[in-house]
Amino acid sequence: MAEVSYGELSKNGLWKNNPAIVQLLGLCPLLAVTGTVVNAIGLGLATILVLVCSNTAVSIIRNIVSDAVRLPAFVMIIAAAVTCIELLMQAYAYELYQILGIFLPLITTNCVILGRADGFAAKNSLGPAMYDGLIMGVGFTAVLVVLGAMRELAGTGMLFGGMDLLFGPAAASWKVVVFADYQPFLLAILPPGAFIFTGLLIALKNLIDERIKKRQDALKEKPVKGSKRVRVTGTIT
Amino acid sequence: MALMRITSPHAHGPLRTQRVMQHVLLATVPGIIVLTHFFGFGTIVNILWASCVALACEALALALRRRPLGFYLKDCSALVTAFLLGIALPPYAPWWLIAIGIASAILFAKHLYGGMGYNPFNPAMAGYVVLLISFPLQMTAWAPPRGAGEVPGLVEALQACFTPAAYDGVTMATPLDVMRQNTSLLVEDLWVQSPQFGRWAGLGWEWVNLAFLAGGAYLLYKRVFTWHAPVAMLASLALLSALFYDGGSSASGGSPLFHLLSGATMFGAFFIVTDPVTSAVSLRGRLVYGAMIGALVYIIRVRGNYPDAVAFAVLIMNFAAPFIDHYTQPRTYGHEHGGKDG
Repeated sequence: MAEVSYGELSKNGLWKNNPAIVQLLGLCPLLAVTGTVVNAIGLGLATILVLVCSNTAVSIIRNIVSDAVRLPAFVMIIAAAVTCIELLMQAYAYELYQILGIFLPLITTNCVILGRADGFAAKNSLGPAMYDGLIMGVGFTAVLVVLGAMRELAGTGMLFGGMDLLFGPAAASWKVVVFADYQPFLLAILPPGAFIFTGLLIALKNLIDERIKKRQDALKEKPVKGSKRVRVTGTIT
Repeated sequence: MALMRITSPHAHGPLRTQRVMQHVLLATVPGIIVLTHFFGFGTIVNILWASCVALACEALALALRRRPLGFYLKDCSALVTAFLLGIALPPYAPWWLIAIGIASAILFAKHLYGGMGYNPFNPAMAGYVVLLISFPLQMTAWAPPRGAGEVPGLVEALQACFTPAAYDGVTMATPLDVMRQNTSLLVEDLWVQSPQFGRWAGLGWEWVNLAFLAGGAYLLYKRVFTWHAPVAMLASLALLSALFYDGGSSASGGSPLFHLLSGATMFGAFFIVTDPVTSAVSLRGRLVYGAMIGALVYIIRVRGNYPDAVAFAVLIMNFAAPFIDHYTQPRTYGHEHGGKDG
């Protein structure tokens, strides 16, 4: 396989082929834990770490493992990485670990990770594989955080509540009350809200893509109107 | 001229969408009058404000989708949604509650799915459920009926809607709530102890339901819908409550008459279940569809945790309507079932 340029990889991970809103992979954690920004960041960071570790390991062993057993091998690698992250979170962010609950070990089954391991890391050398893991993770996390912010804002009228769970006691004051005296809009925090807001996000992305395409089309040279006679029947020598 | 004969086709003006919707609007009037008599002007304020928001939302959605404004606004479907939601919401609801409900009904449940005729879910009920899940406190605050408490006047109703912070309303558990939450009393004792019970069901509620029944009968007479779905729903609700009612204890869920005349039974049966877009289409399908809604209403009312069950039951069966239609396709003459040639 030809070497891939890092610029192309970044563009793919962050926008064109974003794992969350274009590939629609990993929807389960996406929908379940994006009730607040802090949850989204926590899960996003964990996913980035797992993606980088697993992509790296898979890329290293890609020439040793035979095709027939590659998927079990990849899953073992991913599970090992997830276990490490889980233990780390348990040690350093225990409250958040409790809030994320089952969705932390479930990163193992997140399709983004196996998808990138099998689809990219297994065919590419170490550098691009690591970078792809990082940038896909960042793309996924970005969507998680935007979704978390939208839902937290709509659901509670606040932003960045409970950041101390992840960033230490100093972060407790980061909370921004956007609307004072706000009636909690429970639907936004509940799972249906996650579906609705994800749908809106996808629609927004498609709208922006459409606008960009229209602008590019407008910039393209228009074919000159009117007939220019072109010789088609051979050349005069 | 005595020998003039009229030959076929005996064509008559078909019911257009606009006419159907106007019939439905007209048929809600008796129910609204009775609701207003028992609960004050809250319902009317609800409906008026909901109609304004609904027309604005509809116009906005149509403009965004570049559809002809006048044509779709004149079909009155947005007004029907507004009326149905305005009736379903508790009177004296704050303005933002109604606005959120209507916006979710028209923008999300209707226009995101393709607008009039394409929505898989009943917009009014979708809006109602969004509100019920999001704002359980406001959505369960029903005013006491006339005879069990003071009924606020028009000024207070307007105040409750538009300056909710300044309004201090009185609320009371609905008869369905009282019935569900009491499991240790005899029904007779319940009737004596709680002021919100009337002759057969809740005070006021029985008349509200009868008024909606009258409206439904008018629509049936005008052939706006067929009898299948509403009758099936009422029958299965009555059957289930008769099966489980033991004649006296409140733990057994209330008598059939109580269930038929409580909460949104008649309103649901004739104004929600009969929605031509979201219900099953074939006649046998409508029987199944209505019967399942009746069963779900009974189960959710008696075993569930929400004040009434019609909205949830209808939404669940909206999911199932295409499935029901698939299995109840009428046989075409000369063909066997499943579309094969006979």
